[in-house]
Amino acid sequence: MFAYTAGHAFDKAKPTMVFVHGAGLDHSSFLLQSRYFGYHGWNVLAFDLPGHGHSPGAPISSVAGMAEEVCKAVPAEKFSIVGHSMGSLVALECAARVPSRIERIALIGAAYPMKVGEAFLDAAKRDHYDAFDMHTIWGHAAQVPLGGDPTPGMWMYGDTQARLERLAPGVLYNDLKACNDYVFEGEIACPTLFILGERDVMTPPRSAKAIQEKISGAKTVRVKFSGHSLMTEAPDATLDALVDFFRT
Amino acid sequence: MPIYQTTSYVFRDTEHAASLFNMERAGHVYSRISNPTVAVLEERIAALEGGVGAIATASGQAALHLAIATLMGSGEHIVASAALYGGSHNLLGYTLKRFGIETTFVVPRDLQAWKKAIRPNTKLLFGETLGNPGLDVLDIPSVAAIAHEAKVPLLVDATFTTPCLLKPFAHGADLLYHSATKFLGGHGVAIAGVLVDSGRFDWEASGKFATLTAPYEGFHGMDFEEESGTRAFLLRARREGLRDFGACMAPMTAFQILQGVETLHLRMPRHVESTRTLVQYLKSNSAVQKVIYPGLPDHPDHELAKKLLPLGCGAVLSFEIKGGRAAGKKFIESLRIFSHLANVGDAKSLVIHPATTTHYRMSDEDLKRAGITAGTVRLSIGLEDPQDLVDDLDRALKASQK
Repeated sequence: MFAYTAGHAFDKAKPTMVFVHGAGLDHSSFLLQSRYFGYHGWNVLAFDLPGHGHSPGAPISSVAGMAEEVCKAVPAEKFSIVGHSMGSLVALECAARVPSRIERIALIGAAYPMKVGEAFLDAAKRDHYDAFDMHTIWGHAAQVPLGGDPTPGMWMYGDTQARLERLAPGVLYNDLKACNDYVFEGEIACPTLFILGERDVMTPPRSAKAIQEKISGAKTVRVKFSGHSLMTEAPDATLDALVDFFRT
Repeated sequence: MPIYQTTSYVFRDTEHAASLFNMERAGHVYSRISNPTVAVLEERIAALEGGVGAIATASGQAALHLAIATLMGSGEHIVASAALYGGSHNLLGYTLKRFGIETTFVVPRDLQAWKKAIRPNTKLLFGETLGNPGLDVLDIPSVAAIAHEAKVPLLVDATFTTPCLLKPFAHGADLLYHSATKFLGGHGVAIAGVLVDSGRFDWEASGKFATLTAPYEGFHGMDFEEESGTRAFLLRARREGLRDFGACMAPMTAFQILQGVETLHLRMPRHVESTRTLVQYLKSNSAVQKVIYPGLPDHPDHELAKKLLPLGCGAVLSFEIKGGRAAGKKFIESLRIFSHLANVGDAKSLVIHPATTTHYRMSDEDLKRAGITAGTVRLSIGLEDPQDLVDDLDRALKASQK
């Protein structure tokens, strides 16, 4: 399984931060944030789950399977996880399964249960472009199509659609179904951070409430003008929240 | 849209400065690399074209150079349409040769010629959506398929069509650029270009683009594709191309082009409608030997135009005047409304004689391959009352035959 390392070799002496992307996406969702930590004293492993980005093979059909694969691929005994959307479920599952290895988890654009609308699932199952449109439109705040990408010259909608178009048939459906079917059983004992976009229509902040209540001491940062794609819509606010959480 | 008439941007602190330089945070550092006003234009054009992003440049020529310089270096090869704007032909045929980049020119509608011209070191196929001045329609789906079979991208110059009439990415093109000086700006007030990436070409899978898939010492050993996937091309083009070659767009220019883009959807239909009127008029005039416009059934690409350009074939047309060079000279000098100058895509109607101006460096053979004769006159139809334009042409054509 491919992992972006911000150009640094693994160093046993450094703490390790793992990044797990959302449905249909890849490690480059965390482009700015993973690069920052890679240059600020951390081992960074921003994975492409199988069937995504640079990782070949069939996609893994369950969140539990993804968690198992991630834990197996990390060379460090202890590590922290930053997960976005589907990746936040993977982080939860890892923390519940192997609490002795997981130091902290940061859940971005998280929700539980992560139920996926029937129309979205159905379009993805048929590999219809509607699924890419739904992913793109619901995956960003309503103001995003009007412009204002924080990265100069980029167009968030176009970038999301280009990523989705690169997927092999069935991969998006696989991911959405894995989110939809996921049942969390267990407890989270490690320090946990939620970063939620107040304009998120894919996983509105209220949809994280059930899981937030299960994790004692969990911190929450709500980002005012961001939708579901917090790392690209509000990269600085997301990075600041992560830096603050991992520094304490 | 505010005009950020500034060169640089105050950092919050030293940590913020370092993060911006090392691409750990998004933002502006220096206006050669990016500028907030310019970024608005880039994002809007990317949105109109359905790309992942765009880079605005000092001119259309700068956009073409940026695309090529990002993809290849000495010892590499391009296959290009022979029916190109004269400036692009100069760059490919003469100037880049000096830097070790060779180009083979092919007749754009000869699909076998595109295929045959591809070599192991070919890195790019390139053509104009509408050729210049023969208005050859580029068969984007077929040429894109040939490019992709060879694991190289197709770049198109979409200046004549704009996203109002044709969206090249929807037909398989991978990269495109505009001379934004023309229809995007629309008023002949600013020289500008913009380069757009569809984000669909898989550089890693191609295996032919070390500039995007191998560590680059000029940016801390960054592997652009690994770093950013769909954004790799634009990342390198901005972080290397704008940084080192420096052909950036000025913020005031971006503002002027943005003003034009706001009315593009209103202007283009009017440009096309008036052009159709003038084409019909010219067809009926006995002083005109031939009218070249893809909307006409006798144009060799008419069927393709119907498929790719259902909303119209743009606002540039060519015609051959009876009496050759002398009649052409008299015609141009007799016009009162048409401005005689080297440009297209203005609110005002324009006229030029390609063989002695835009294409004057081309050999007779190259001129012939580009569909240009001594009597070819090129018109760019503006937004004036079409009857005034008909009257002006009528008067000048009569004068040309005396």
